[in-house]
Amino acid sequence: MSLRTLFAGCTAAAALAFPALAPAQSQPIRVGAFLAVTGPAAFLGDPEQKTLELYIEKLNAAGGVLGRKFELVSYDSAGDAEKARGYVKRLIEQDRVDLIVGGSTTGETMAAVPLVEAAGVPFISLAGAVVIIEPVKKWVFKTPHTDRMACEKVFVDMRARGASKAALISGSGGFDRSMRAECLKVAPKHGVEIVADESYGAADTDMTAQLTKIKNTPGVQAVLNAGFGQGPAIVTKNYRQLGIPAPLYQSHGVASKQYVKLSGDAAEGVRLPAAALLVADTLPDSDAQKKVVADYKRGFESRFKQEVSTFGGHAYDGLMLATEAVRRAGSTQKAAVRDALESIRGYVGTGGVVNMSAQDHMGLDLSAFRMLEVRKGDWQMVR
Amino acid sequence: MIAQTLLSGLTAGAIYALVALGFAIIYNASHVINFAQGEFVMIGGMATAGFVEAGLPLPLAAAAAILVAAAVGLALEKLAIEPARDAPVVTLIIITIGASILLRGLATLVWDKKIHHVPAFSGETPIVMGGAAGGATMLPQVLWVLGASALAVLALTWFFRGTLAGKAILAVAHNRLAARLAGISVRRVLAVSFALSAALGALAGLLIAPIAFTAWDAGVMLGLKGFAAAILGGLGSSAGAVVGGLALGVIEALGAAYLSSAYKDVFAFVIIIAALVFLPDGLFGRRSTERV
Repeated sequence: MSLRTLFAGCTAAAALAFPALAPAQSQPIRVGAFLAVTGPAAFLGDPEQKTLELYIEKLNAAGGVLGRKFELVSYDSAGDAEKARGYVKRLIEQDRVDLIVGGSTTGETMAAVPLVEAAGVPFISLAGAVVIIEPVKKWVFKTPHTDRMACEKVFVDMRARGASKAALISGSGGFDRSMRAECLKVAPKHGVEIVADESYGAADTDMTAQLTKIKNTPGVQAVLNAGFGQGPAIVTKNYRQLGIPAPLYQSHGVASKQYVKLSGDAAEGVRLPAAALLVADTLPDSDAQKKVVADYKRGFESRFKQEVSTFGGHAYDGLMLATEAVRRAGSTQKAAVRDALESIRGYVGTGGVVNMSAQDHMGLDLSAFRMLEVRKGDWQMVR
Repeated sequence: MIAQTLLSGLTAGAIYALVALGFAIIYNASHVINFAQGEFVMIGGMATAGFVEAGLPLPLAAAAAILVAAAVGLALEKLAIEPARDAPVVTLIIITIGASILLRGLATLVWDKKIHHVPAFSGETPIVMGGAAGGATMLPQVLWVLGASALAVLALTWFFRGTLAGKAILAVAHNRLAARLAGISVRRVLAVSFALSAALGALAGLLIAPIAFTAWDAGVMLGLKGFAAAILGGLGSSAGAVVGGLALGVIEALGAAYLSSAYKDVFAFVIIIAALVFLPDGLFGRRSTERV
């Protein structure tokens, strides 16, 4: 070993051992991201990436936080868990980011979890499933609602309408299956009995066979469809075609205008749980989330000329939570940022009011979901 | 319940039959199994949706979509199959798999990755038949699917039996060398059969789109189901394609209704395996005997 490499090694070791010696004030805060910007989950990653770019720009224009600006290091993991693993490793080891906001899908997120846990990097995931935060992982947080909450919100609404016997119809995809399992698990807790449980394939073109079975099951008072893509739209059409009288519920998976457009008139009267962002314009001014969702909607739509989605909102919440944590911690020291994240209470985001705790690394409750009903081709909030 | 199930099975079956016919036409002319057949179905649906969104009236959009698909079929034959005509059949089949991936990719560029909707041809008010207990409901579009499929089959039968061009295709199917000696241009027959089966596929795609929607990847499953129907009926037999398609649709619907809906797609593929093992020539296929 030459003297020079020995010296370089020593400085590197010193930098590692005494991070405080680095000129912290002038350095940017490095935010790492890995998102499914392309590929089958692009409808998640694309608005997330745009949101991060837009709001980092806005934060920097406002002077950043602690007098330091933000710098985004983002990779396209294309919905692929293996790619996500590689990029997270790079974010931690090469890019040496201060924290990570990303993981569009549950698969990508779970691939990153062992790495961030080992390296001790604060990580805010943008994916849905309960497994991300249950059991609680020291360094892992998440912003979106879980499918379990969607089930509970629907069951509460069913009970309020006097229905206690429900039928379930779900697709064969990962989202669908996970939500179906969660719904079956929490149904008894809300006094709802699942009397029929049907499923359909991802590329099925006709669900009348399954729905006829549900129609002929005695005692069905409400039907819940867990799924996303074109499946729920076909279910909705077939449901009206068969003239099933029980109210139909869809999941937050189809909480977009596209679902209403595809189903046409058949969607009238369908209810689904969704984030406040979808009804930003019709929220009453007294609503705690009114300001934040209206601002985000305006900011996103005026810049990108496309409709906001709840997914971009998750990225917004992730970035804002990270900013708040750094401000509270007073530095980007990882353990301090993590502790600050865990201590955030009453943060109002696009997804709801966040109350983090040592037991809950998501911090949302059922009030984060709004029950919406399709009326005249648009969303109406159910009060 | 049984009436509703049969109706839903026949609707899907009619679409499978059209796809299977497309397989049969190309197989007869070239012995190639064209795995891009499903993509023709997708092009039919997506092009119709695209033209309608661009403001064309529906009948015009449908006709234009069929022409687009026929042109794509022709181009596939001219650019990919014909240059490799001396290659073994397996190579040609692999070329069609490549073409199917290319066409899917192109579809995401020409259109987009969203799910599209074609308006129903004559409204969406369900037609109710029979009493409440044993009755069934159907969308008017189902009548379009069944009627147009039946017409397409009749037209094809006339084309093959009653026109010189159709007879030329049949001649090539029976004996390529003899047909060539009789002055039939095998090259032209190949081109016509690709265009024809692409048009048939597109017809299936635009008929089913108002019921099932369409997207850039909608052709994959429909193509496979049509292939299963063709195998069941006997590769190369037109009557077999129709019977195989309808049978497959009904079996699927009955399976989903009375066994388990989770395994709906499994039935199609169990049928392929069962047909290949127990009935390699299908229901209507020519019995092929191996000469030793």
